[in-house]
Amino acid sequence: MKSFKLLSIVVIVAFLLAACGGGATAPKELKIAVLAPLSGPVPTFGEMTRDGALLAIEEWNAKGGVLGMTLVPVVEDSQCTPDPAVNAANKVVNQDKVHYIIGEVCSKASIPISEIANAAKVIQISPTSTNPSVTVDGNGITKPYIFRACFIDPFQGLVGAKFAIEKIGAKTAFVMVDQANDYVKGLAEFFEKAFTEAGGTIVGTESYTGSDTDFSAILAKIADAKPDVVYLPDYYNIVNLAMQQAKEKGITTPFLGGDGWDSADLNLAAAAGGYFTNHYSPDDPRPEVQDFRKAFEAKYNGKTPDALAALAYDATNLMLSAIKAAGADDTDKVKAALEAITFNGVSGTITFDASHNPVKSATILKVTAEGVKFEAVVNP
Amino acid sequence: MQSVSKPQKPPVIVSPNSFLAWIGKIFLLVIGLFAVYILAINLFDKPYLFAQNVINGIQLGFVYALIALGYTMVYGIVKLINFAHGDVFMVSAFVSFFAVERFALHQWPQRLFPGFNPSLSTVIGTVTTILLSMVICVLLAITIERVAYKPLREAPRIAALITAIGVSFFLEYFGLLNFVFSARYIPYQRPFEVVTWYIKDGIHLVESGVTPPDGAITISNILIIIIFATILVQIFLQYLVRRTKIGIAMRATSFDKPTARLMGIQVDKVISFTFAIGASFAALGGVLYAIAYPSIRTLMGVYPGLKAFVAAVLGGIGSIPGAFVGALIMGQAEAMTSGYISTPMRDAIAFSILILVLLIKPTGIFGEPEKEKA
Repeated sequence: MKSFKLLSIVVIVAFLLAACGGGATAPKELKIAVLAPLSGPVPTFGEMTRDGALLAIEEWNAKGGVLGMTLVPVVEDSQCTPDPAVNAANKVVNQDKVHYIIGEVCSKASIPISEIANAAKVIQISPTSTNPSVTVDGNGITKPYIFRACFIDPFQGLVGAKFAIEKIGAKTAFVMVDQANDYVKGLAEFFEKAFTEAGGTIVGTESYTGSDTDFSAILAKIADAKPDVVYLPDYYNIVNLAMQQAKEKGITTPFLGGDGWDSADLNLAAAAGGYFTNHYSPDDPRPEVQDFRKAFEAKYNGKTPDALAALAYDATNLMLSAIKAAGADDTDKVKAALEAITFNGVSGTITFDASHNPVKSATILKVTAEGVKFEAVVNP
Repeated sequence: MQSVSKPQKPPVIVSPNSFLAWIGKIFLLVIGLFAVYILAINLFDKPYLFAQNVINGIQLGFVYALIALGYTMVYGIVKLINFAHGDVFMVSAFVSFFAVERFALHQWPQRLFPGFNPSLSTVIGTVTTILLSMVICVLLAITIERVAYKPLREAPRIAALITAIGVSFFLEYFGLLNFVFSARYIPYQRPFEVVTWYIKDGIHLVESGVTPPDGAITISNILIIIIFATILVQIFLQYLVRRTKIGIAMRATSFDKPTARLMGIQVDKVISFTFAIGASFAALGGVLYAIAYPSIRTLMGVYPGLKAFVAAVLGGIGSIPGAFVGALIMGQAEAMTSGYISTPMRDAIAFSILILVLLIKPTGIFGEPEKEKA
């Protein structure tokens, strides 16, 4: 009996050693971290981001990986909140020794992650964080290892203002802003600037906090000020509540927002009549978009990809194309490759400017009770 | 040699409080006058906007009143601040959400008997939904009381207080799990449509896509329902506490527990009943709040709960009319702050009220100073 035990242990150890030996000769692995808010205030954003990134990684692996290395995704939940984001970034950088990060969704989480990644010479591409401070530090110097796949807040605010004046014909605007949210603040500031520069008047700016449910005081002021357009560049949860209450108070002024509106949980009945700037529309007829949509729907049981999925997919493809162009798992070479890249992605043709922000077109979508419709494309 | 300590003169106590209290009162007076000045200016500047803010404040205040009753009754009877109360409020919103979204309970008469009068069906269905939420929250509150508070009945009060905070966190973060309520903001499906009227030269219906004229004040059916429900609850509660046997038992238990027990009152049952009735009002508040502000999530009970707690303290914790008056004041304070200062300031003002009440009159408006028991 005893000898049988000994024998079985020897056999098991031999197997394990063989397995390890086999691993050493197999193609090397390349880890790609995906940091997304899978819990916290905006989990639908996180799920779409993860799904888009994983689809890109799967497609590259099906083509044999990058530079002969199999891609291994490391998915962490960074909760759209600074502290969990820092923990997740430290974990993937120090523990998993990852050299490439896709993420986060929210600017307030991406900014602390970018500090860690940049210090460790890890390349981060945020798919959807639009605040300028993600790629540029407090002194206006570009963080060398940090990029993004989306256009930035100034551009959304600018497009929003351009659209409000040219298409809606607005002369006056009212701005609602969450003072504690970098994303909302960034969009609102640049909207105000662009709107005023184009000859419009801001008739009021009111702030609230993200946990508010009652917007009646602000809406009373809007009803009193009678602006031509209300700019509300917040996430869907606030948009649902504020626009619902606006409808009930008989406010017919069109609302205008940013890509934070883009969610399956946006209440279409409440938000109907509103417009928002976005990165992509699944109804765009370009073949890149339609191929991506088909692949995504096939992988995820017919779920239609939104802009978060498209940008996560683009960000991952950007990263992998740059690694391939650099020819080595060396973040300095990959960084140089990204700076020189011209990448034809789902969300448009992407090149990077000196601040590592992409130069690309934006889409305006209109919310109707039946769904979100493609309205126009605005070029920078 | 041992010195015999001679009796010392009692030290003269100069109350450091008298001077500070004096300064404090002047300070308060200045703030109060300033607030009155600002409100008066705005009242004369745009009276309709002022009236609209008052109405917004009434809607909030009446919901807070429903929650505050539970805090004040439970405190009155077991001297426990039941911090899990705000989360019972949240559970109620979710129960009604699932009842409406998954089972269409708000339309059951029409689904059961096709051809039933649709508006009557909505009324009966909505009442059923609210009653279901109330029953489930009552069961939840009794369970919480049995599991978490009853074993600590004889323990120091701080132990029960900390347990209450623990229960509150448990409900919030258990609800946050994906297979429970998940972390997302869920658009709440209302059991009935909210209808709005505007008041200007009479009362008119607000039609979609038509802007009410300048200077109109809007009110909605949910506002009226909240006001009526809260007033009904107040009348019911007054009747219950003053006129029924269980009400007398509640008052006796709150006055002196050991003696009440000696007189044959089943103190544990009375305490459970108090938790149950407080939870049922919070549940009613939860459904009405979710209908008025239709977005729910597991942390939605935190702020309304804390503000209702402040309202209960302001009115005098332990006092039922106090909770009601305190809640109305809180609602107005919030609406006026967001109307005339700024919306993010309203939480700061709400909790400053708590601090001021505790500093100046800890017993609140209707509270009586604690009597020493012999």
